[in-house]
Amino acid sequence: MSRFQAIPGIHVCLRRLGFHLSLGYLVFLLLLAICAPWIAPHSPTLQNPSHVLLPADGTYLLGTDDLGRDVFSRLVWGAPLTLYGSLLAVLVACGIGLPLGLIAGFSGGWIDAAISRGIDTMLSFPAIVLAIGVTGMLGIGQTNSMIAVGIVFSPTIARLVRGQTLIGREALYVDAARCFGASNSRLILRHILPNAIQPVIVQATLLLAMALLAEASLSFLGLGVQPPQPGWGAMLARGYHYMEIAPSQIYAPGIAILVTALSVNTLGENLRVILDPRRRR
Amino acid sequence: MRAKRMARLIGYSLLQAGPVLVVATFMVFALMQLVPGDVAIALAGENATRARVEEIRILYGLDRPILAQYGSWLWKMAQGDMSVSMLSAEPVFDSIQRRLPVTLLVVGLAMLASLAVGIPLGLTAAMHPRRLVDFVVTAFASLGIALPGFWLGMILVSIFAMSLNWFPVSGMAKMATDPWGAVWHAILPAVALAASGAAEVARQTRSALLEIQSSQYMRTLLAKGLPQSQIFWKHGLKNISVTLLTVTGLLFNRLLGGTVVIEAVFAISGMGSLVVTAATGKDYPVIQGVMLTMVVIVVAVNLVIEILYAVFDPRITTR
Repeated sequence: MSRFQAIPGIHVCLRRLGFHLSLGYLVFLLLLAICAPWIAPHSPTLQNPSHVLLPADGTYLLGTDDLGRDVFSRLVWGAPLTLYGSLLAVLVACGIGLPLGLIAGFSGGWIDAAISRGIDTMLSFPAIVLAIGVTGMLGIGQTNSMIAVGIVFSPTIARLVRGQTLIGREALYVDAARCFGASNSRLILRHILPNAIQPVIVQATLLLAMALLAEASLSFLGLGVQPPQPGWGAMLARGYHYMEIAPSQIYAPGIAILVTALSVNTLGENLRVILDPRRRR
Repeated sequence: MRAKRMARLIGYSLLQAGPVLVVATFMVFALMQLVPGDVAIALAGENATRARVEEIRILYGLDRPILAQYGSWLWKMAQGDMSVSMLSAEPVFDSIQRRLPVTLLVVGLAMLASLAVGIPLGLTAAMHPRRLVDFVVTAFASLGIALPGFWLGMILVSIFAMSLNWFPVSGMAKMATDPWGAVWHAILPAVALAASGAAEVARQTRSALLEIQSSQYMRTLLAKGLPQSQIFWKHGLKNISVTLLTVTGLLFNRLLGGTVVIEAVFAISGMGSLVVTAATGKDYPVIQGVMLTMVVIVVAVNLVIEILYAVFDPRITTR
């Protein structure tokens, strides 16, 4: 059943291929997002009542939507919005989770107990429901909804950092630094944090993929990107109403979301392998 | 002796769930603090007079200290009084009571589908590591995790409801009068929801079994000459049952959240559409009511799983 000395054959090759493809796609997407104003052939918000729900042709690469807007241009303009939203959520998650995890792990005692209880409790809420609840309170819109997603993701980071800090706190090099009279903040920032950061980078990448899907979901529900802004999720919501007349409307944004989430996930999984000290040769 | 151990375990788990529930209810209550500006004005509505705002402030006890507010809020909630919707004036408890069964039906079906598809796939992959079947399952799992469920729902509707006419496009039948109709309506949403769940279950099952298989005692069993099938069915499965329980608990939480978006695709009036409408319309009592209900359900499910751990794994004790 267990095969000793498995040859690092096709599996590793495919994984490397996946890694390079995802990396390539993400660089491409980033460039697309930055250069959106020059790449998009039409305005993403300009309505043209005489060109409604046209099929794809030379002028409109992916056809037009129910208001006569160019789907391809909206898709291109959606890239910066999607990336901004997902990155914002991950930044918020790290901004809250990192300090909380460091404090909980380093101080121990009742502070740790209190923070850990809070983390456990937040993880008991279904993530998207908590995000919707927080968005409802803050007021709908892309920035607010992605801050909400970030808050919801923060316990994942906090729990991970706490665990890493607990290990780091007991390490010999931290004891040594303490003997040299290093202050607590110096111990945390210069000695514990750098040694705890690698799994956080991996987790943050995987969260980015989840943030992307959350962004699309919230925009789809009308709580994220607001019209006339061209969010991918919002495009799906509009296209869905006209699916019977123009079924192709739902394919482009959906594939964009799928491929981007898949690439970010693949990147994260590969980073996990690359950064794992046990696998380093 | 055994009954005594079980009773102690159940008591212990209840004690564990208590604090989580207290903190969770406090979080739901404290959500109101996130509302920008004066909560009393937000609750009274945009065009309320100053007298009305003050009336609301006293009515909701907003002039009292926050812990006192929390106490009376929790007391009201515990009695099933979740206040009334600011949009429809319907008691929040009533609308939740009406919509919860629909959501639970979809989530329940999706749970069944995820486990029924995910576990066999994960086991098959782990039994043939680094073979084609393993590669296919792993690829399927990666794809399923990145797939937006609501988009899959749309595609399912376009194929199976619009083109083939096998399933209804949207809506839900009355569960009380037409239970089979309700299940029929819930199948496509459940499939859309279950795709990512099955992928996650397959992935976790695969890595759990792989880990068990590389352990010393599995090698010992093989060396001892036991047939592979017996090793797998008797020792492999038994040892991953605890992991599967954990996965099931996380899966429930995930699906309960995911159904919110799926309900929007299929125009099902369940908990999801309730909370989305409430979030759009700043209907704060409804948002709180839905979140409270969901977190209580999740904590209850986790409690059951906690107890099942001990049933499956005799090593787990209360210490």
